[in-house]
Amino acid sequence: MTAAERKPVALRGRAIAKRFGSTRALSGVDFELAGGEIVGLMGANGAGKSTLVNILVGATRADAGELSLDGNPYRPSTPGEAARAGVVAIHQATDRAGAPGLTVAETLLIDRFANGRSGFFLSPASIRRQAAAIAEASGFALPLDRDFADVGPAERQLIAIARALASQARVLILDEPTASLSTAESERLFAILEGLAARGLAILYISHRTQDLRRLASRVLVLRGGRAAAAFARPIDFSAALEAMIGRPLAGAHIAAREVAGEAALEISALRLRRDGPSLDLAVRAGEVVAITGPLGAGKSRLLLTLFGALPIVAGDIRLDGRPWRPRNPADAIAAGVHMAGEDRRRTSLAPADWPGGTLSAAIALPHLRRWFPSGFLRAGVERAHAVGAIRRLGIRASGPDARLDTLSGGNQQKVVLARWQAVEPRLMLLDEPFQGVDVGARADIAAAVRAQSGVATLIATSDPEEALEVADRIVFLDDRGLRPFSAPTADAGLAASGVSS
Amino acid sequence: MSAAPNVSSEPVAASGGARRVGGFLRRGSVFLLLALLVVVFAAAEPAFLGVANFMSVLQAVSVVAILAVGVTISMAVGGFDLSVGAVAASSVMAASYAMVVWRFDAIETVALALAFGLVVGLANATLIVVVGVPDLLATLAMNFLLTGLQLIPTAGRSIATGLILPSGASANGAFDPAFLAIGRSRAFDVAPIPVLLMLAIGALAFVLTERTRIGRLLFAVGGNEIAARLAGARTERLKTLAYALSATLASLGGVIVAARVGRGDVSSGASLLLDAVAASLIGFAVLAARRPNVFGAVVGAIFVGVLLNGLTMLNVPYYTQDFVKGAVLVGALGLTYGLGRSTT
Repeated sequence: MTAAERKPVALRGRAIAKRFGSTRALSGVDFELAGGEIVGLMGANGAGKSTLVNILVGATRADAGELSLDGNPYRPSTPGEAARAGVVAIHQATDRAGAPGLTVAETLLIDRFANGRSGFFLSPASIRRQAAAIAEASGFALPLDRDFADVGPAERQLIAIARALASQARVLILDEPTASLSTAESERLFAILEGLAARGLAILYISHRTQDLRRLASRVLVLRGGRAAAAFARPIDFSAALEAMIGRPLAGAHIAAREVAGEAALEISALRLRRDGPSLDLAVRAGEVVAITGPLGAGKSRLLLTLFGALPIVAGDIRLDGRPWRPRNPADAIAAGVHMAGEDRRRTSLAPADWPGGTLSAAIALPHLRRWFPSGFLRAGVERAHAVGAIRRLGIRASGPDARLDTLSGGNQQKVVLARWQAVEPRLMLLDEPFQGVDVGARADIAAAVRAQSGVATLIATSDPEEALEVADRIVFLDDRGLRPFSAPTADAGLAASGVSS
Repeated sequence: MSAAPNVSSEPVAASGGARRVGGFLRRGSVFLLLALLVVVFAAAEPAFLGVANFMSVLQAVSVVAILAVGVTISMAVGGFDLSVGAVAASSVMAASYAMVVWRFDAIETVALALAFGLVVGLANATLIVVVGVPDLLATLAMNFLLTGLQLIPTAGRSIATGLILPSGASANGAFDPAFLAIGRSRAFDVAPIPVLLMLAIGALAFVLTERTRIGRLLFAVGGNEIAARLAGARTERLKTLAYALSATLASLGGVIVAARVGRGDVSSGASLLLDAVAASLIGFAVLAARRPNVFGAVVGAIFVGVLLNGLTMLNVPYYTQDFVKGAVLVGALGLTYGLGRSTT
């Protein structure tokens, strides 16, 4: 590999700033990344991590500030340009590392096919030979003849890294790379990353998982609210790093906790989400807001979808108000007073703006059509009246009940999704990542509206412990070993929330 | 879709007035073109404007319009029914066979043809919803299957009184006059029955899709199926309903064709599918809806009918018709999507 012989790379940023509309995503961030080191990047949702990465790989242009690579000005305007300069990001969604229908060997050569270096005619033998050379140079054992569709997330991650190395990458950016990996797979990845750093690559490692960072990072940079809030060198004080990330001391951080008395509205006992998964027990009282936090892929969404009838119950027992609860589908759940707002609102909740149902009022009405329009005929007045109420109650900023959803900001769209499920009061409210892509102001409004529902048992899934602290009366932590109480508000609990097990 | 980032290279200098004019042109493009065509054709050939000619245009497009309504409903659930042409054609054959061979009367024949359409629709839905075949493939396969199936009972012959069956016997039943009236009679000596059927079905389907709970749910499935299911919509049932409606409407189209022609012609459905698809897609441009809509589909069918009728009156050769239809479709879609992007 030529990268190893070259002088170690240096990527520097000075006063990088970026705003989207009225939101400052980054306001003057300085950083430095040198060849041979692995730098951890921490930050809550909305802290500016993605924006920074997008700027580094040319997907977004900074409004102000300077980037330099090896001392030369570096202003990539496309990811391709950044890749030619040697800066590559490996995305969390590893299905983007290749395409089903191609073999792993062909996937490794996609970049060569695309830039024309492969020649026009391809023989299976030459593809295999070139791919084997790439795999060998990266030092990974890859199943070259298998279809990309059949390889797991760990292999896909390695394929993405091998592709980056084959195109002479010198700066690698990894976003939550262990999110969908097992412990053994993570350990293998760590060893590989350390090897790459030893060969002179610079690695920016984005993660919430302090155990990953403790293992790998020589330094940690913490972003908060678009600024570099703090930097830590080894030995890294992770309590301080987490405090810098959430912007207040860990002790006493759980200001939202309330003591809720009364009967359990939801009881889960010995529930399994997968055949080989841990057995889960949990009770949520009416009026109580419980947040489930924990690493990505631990099954938070799966638990919510199971309670909502969108996934089958593998094993175990669920009770709703003391009665057995086995929903067959979401329609069942909604009829029984179980509501759920899915994660990623554009995928799971909203219709295209051009279509019927693409307005604010229609988006709120969708699950309630049968109840609101028993005759079967829609009456715009009824929909609008509900929408006007929601706009006032949640402080939705929109031109009115007929506003198209694509004219609303992310936070206001999320308020519409919440309004949909609050329009008729449920018994059990399930919210999956309700603060995704939501600015701080809207986040507070949403948290307040959730907490104001005194008769409703609420279960929230969030991978961000800070959000959990802000909205929940009680927090539980879910990972592949099961559910445990999150005993706020000590520093250890803060660490536990980020995936460190003591 | 529309939420994609708007990277317009156009200068932002367009004034509000100009933008309003642009929006008006875009929403009204199909109507403006229609008006223009009427003026040009009327100037060249005064007979074009007569009520009789107007009714003959509507009569000519009625079957295509009814099929286009069905295709539009299938598009509302995010699908695409490509079997409508073959459903219409084979229901022409089924209706003719029922009367000529089995001596069914008008009511029995219509019931049989519609039931046939319903069964095909349910078969389509089964393939798509239960088996999981992609909708374009499932309905295209059904199109092939029916195109072949309709030839088998008569060994490829067209059906009329005196038909020689494969067994050698001759079938001497006849088309029921009451059945023929569906295609040939006029209400109040002015409006042909097929035109009234087209308007009635257009109106009912419009109300169903745009003004009822069911319609909203159909579009919810087509707009975002995951979101629709998580909002409690029974997406399988809604898709089944859409394909059942689509195929049943297509078989009604077949009944009208059979009643007008008065015989079971093996080639009767040849251009119906593409004409219906074209009308549905032109419907996207009507009022700049940029989505399937029943009103647009009917207007689209009428638009194509006016164009072809006028060109025929001007003695433009018949073999240019398909080219003209294609050009209209390309133009309408280009206008809707192209102009749409710069203003939103």
